[in-house]
Amino acid sequence: MKRVDLHLLGPLIALVGLFILGALLNPAFLAPANLSNVLARSAFIGLIAIGMTFVITQGGLDLSVGSMAAFLAGITIMAMNWLAPITGANWGTILLGMSVALAGGIASGYVNGALVTKARIEAFIVTLGTMGIFRSLVTWLADGGTLSLDSSLRAIYRPVYFGGIGWVTWPIIVFAIAAILGEWAMRHTRFGRHVEAIGSNDRVARYSAVDVERTRLLTYVLLGALVGLATILYVPRLGSASGSTGVLWELEAIAAVIIGGTALKGGRGRVWGTVVGVLILSLIDNILNLADLVSPYLNGAIQGVIIVLAVVLQREKRAAD
Amino acid sequence: MGDAVTPTLSLDAVTKSFGQVEVLHGVDLTLNAGEVHALIGENGAGKSTIMKILGGFLAPTSGRVLLDGQPAPYSTGPQAEAAGVIVIHQEFNLAPDLSVAANIFLGREISRGLRLDHAAMRAAAGDLLAQLDTTIRPDALIRDLSVPDRQMVEIAKALSRRARVLIMDEPSAALTHREVDALYAQVDRLRAEGVALMFCSHRLDEVERLADRITVLRDGAVVGRATRGGMTQDGMATAMVGRQLADIFPPKPSAAGDEMLRVEGVTVPGRVENASLTLRRGEVLGIAGLVGSGRTELAEAIAGLRSHNGRVTLMGQPLTIRAPADALAAGIAYLTEDRKEAGLLLTKSLTENLTLSALDRFGFRIDRTREAIAMADATRDFDIRAASPAMPAGALSGGNQQKLLLAKTMLTEPRIIIIDEPTRGIDIGTKQQIYRFVRRLADEGTGVIVISSELPELIGLANRVLVMRQGRIAGAVAGDRVTEENIVRLAMGLGAEREPA
Repeated sequence: MKRVDLHLLGPLIALVGLFILGALLNPAFLAPANLSNVLARSAFIGLIAIGMTFVITQGGLDLSVGSMAAFLAGITIMAMNWLAPITGANWGTILLGMSVALAGGIASGYVNGALVTKARIEAFIVTLGTMGIFRSLVTWLADGGTLSLDSSLRAIYRPVYFGGIGWVTWPIIVFAIAAILGEWAMRHTRFGRHVEAIGSNDRVARYSAVDVERTRLLTYVLLGALVGLATILYVPRLGSASGSTGVLWELEAIAAVIIGGTALKGGRGRVWGTVVGVLILSLIDNILNLADLVSPYLNGAIQGVIIVLAVVLQREKRAAD
Repeated sequence: MGDAVTPTLSLDAVTKSFGQVEVLHGVDLTLNAGEVHALIGENGAGKSTIMKILGGFLAPTSGRVLLDGQPAPYSTGPQAEAAGVIVIHQEFNLAPDLSVAANIFLGREISRGLRLDHAAMRAAAGDLLAQLDTTIRPDALIRDLSVPDRQMVEIAKALSRRARVLIMDEPSAALTHREVDALYAQVDRLRAEGVALMFCSHRLDEVERLADRITVLRDGAVVGRATRGGMTQDGMATAMVGRQLADIFPPKPSAAGDEMLRVEGVTVPGRVENASLTLRRGEVLGIAGLVGSGRTELAEAIAGLRSHNGRVTLMGQPLTIRAPADALAAGIAYLTEDRKEAGLLLTKSLTENLTLSALDRFGFRIDRTREAIAMADATRDFDIRAASPAMPAGALSGGNQQKLLLAKTMLTEPRIIIIDEPTRGIDIGTKQQIYRFVRRLADEGTGVIVISSELPELIGLANRVLVMRQGRIAGAVAGDRVTEENIVRLAMGLGAEREPA
């Protein structure tokens, strides 16, 4: 029992270790501005990774989330720019734009989910396809360039990313709330139980009268909605979107989920683990930038090692069982 | 069999401990060439451990494994196979995406130079399967085969390896009449060829029919030995359980009440053709038939697991059943025959398994305390023997898994329960518990349908038995007419005397 607990806590111990390392290497690491920045930037991947945890736990996968975020950012900016002359440069316009992002996310997630559950195509294939489609659409909408938010709107919208309660900016707050709700849903609701049951054996779930297809579909819709939410927080940061927005986010999100101890083959999901995974990836990036120990260009290599290590630990846990 | 004969494979004072716990206490066992040895005992008596030790999958803690009188020259399963000692496990060892022929020759492919000789393998596989009196095609994929067919492939695979010692764990558990006969014929053939055979079985009639030598195991020790004819079925059961077993089947009250369930003209394309049945309060309705006769498919149609045409009426109310949830909401529960692949989440805790079908009864935020209470109740009511409710369901013995599955199904408070193969692969003590439970359910007013390949079970439990054949209801027998002969005649299409359903 104790050994298993150690494996369970592995990612958390790694996170604490990284934190101490960061503090030792550069005092600037502990500055509230730095930590706030790290957390806020984690929020995009973090929100997506929370949704991804549900999708992976039920035995699915979504490769399209990075492109989806870029596409949603694109249509959100276009919608706001189009609305600004009609409704004026005010919060109303911003809110309408936000709802475009959220509704677009839900619709995109529904398309992915419906293709997987109703048309019965492999999740990998479906989302590989929609990944290309979303990416291409945003490039086309931007005509190969960049879509920029109208500067009057940008001034109003800016605080959504940069403002908050002291150093605790809105993205951090939203990320934290989503993480708590996500963990709660996975651990304590029928939905979470069903997601885990489907991932461990969908035939058993079906024979137990679980609506397998509806639950699967819901995980993709939930992920889409969270991508929409991430987009809402991302747009005010740069105020623009292009064909290179959100590139490789899907892999970072999947990596965070795996590092957090969710099984890639499904059946066991840990939202809190995913949050830890996201923070580990962000901290590595931040520490490499702050310390001269290793070139920041090796960031990807170190993250890669961590991912492989996490999976090896998972396997040892299974052997210990 | 005098002492002069050196046993092909034997155990000499073997003990086995897992951690602090000794599970085998000095077992002696001999397998002689040309002899069939039956190893019987309740679940958890140590049969599997002995098989694993014989097959090289486990090393004994003390004592010796002797092959031809010499310490066995193997310490892994594959090495044992190379030495001619082959074990057929209950969990099949087949690659689902490969063909039957490819599985039979897996690891020993016939090749011509670098190229695989598919034709030769297909032909050889075809010969083996024909010997087993099956119609399995050598190029069928394993995933498309039924459980009994997979069992036959396993046996064919062992035959192809020219086994000197063949050890089979519950070889007939998944088979019905015809396959069982083919299996017995093969056992007789292998015995005549001088192979040393051993098998475990919970079917005592089978033990009596096949075994030249019987070893009874209880709690990790040998408690009885006999040679052919030296032990009656009752004697075996008593020795296994260690106490006198009263009549295995509870008494059958004959009075049937009003109609509970009416199924009319159910058709599942290609599987079930225009099947109808009625179920009355207080009776246990049995469904017999060969595997592939549509028994399971009919039940799955009623439970919403298969799309179908036809009418289902429950307590006079017409029902539309399109999904399992519809059936469950109406109070119709189906307990699958495939508890490992469709019944239980083997890696999840007992509690999570117990409440999976009935989660809506535990609140939007799942009430852990009530779940724990439900688990404690189920453990008591169904006598589930488990180390802890948090242990994975896969670690339970077969009998306890079946009790957990029963508890899980009963938690949905069904009005009608359809139990498919209620006692497959479980020991006689647990069988008796399950029979009593099934009868009590019927007595208390739940509609009970039992599907089974074990005729004694249907005869002992059911007030009325429907017999299916090739997707149709071939006939029904009730009361005194529920006999093995009548059921078999109907299942074979010989048309016994009919009884109005």
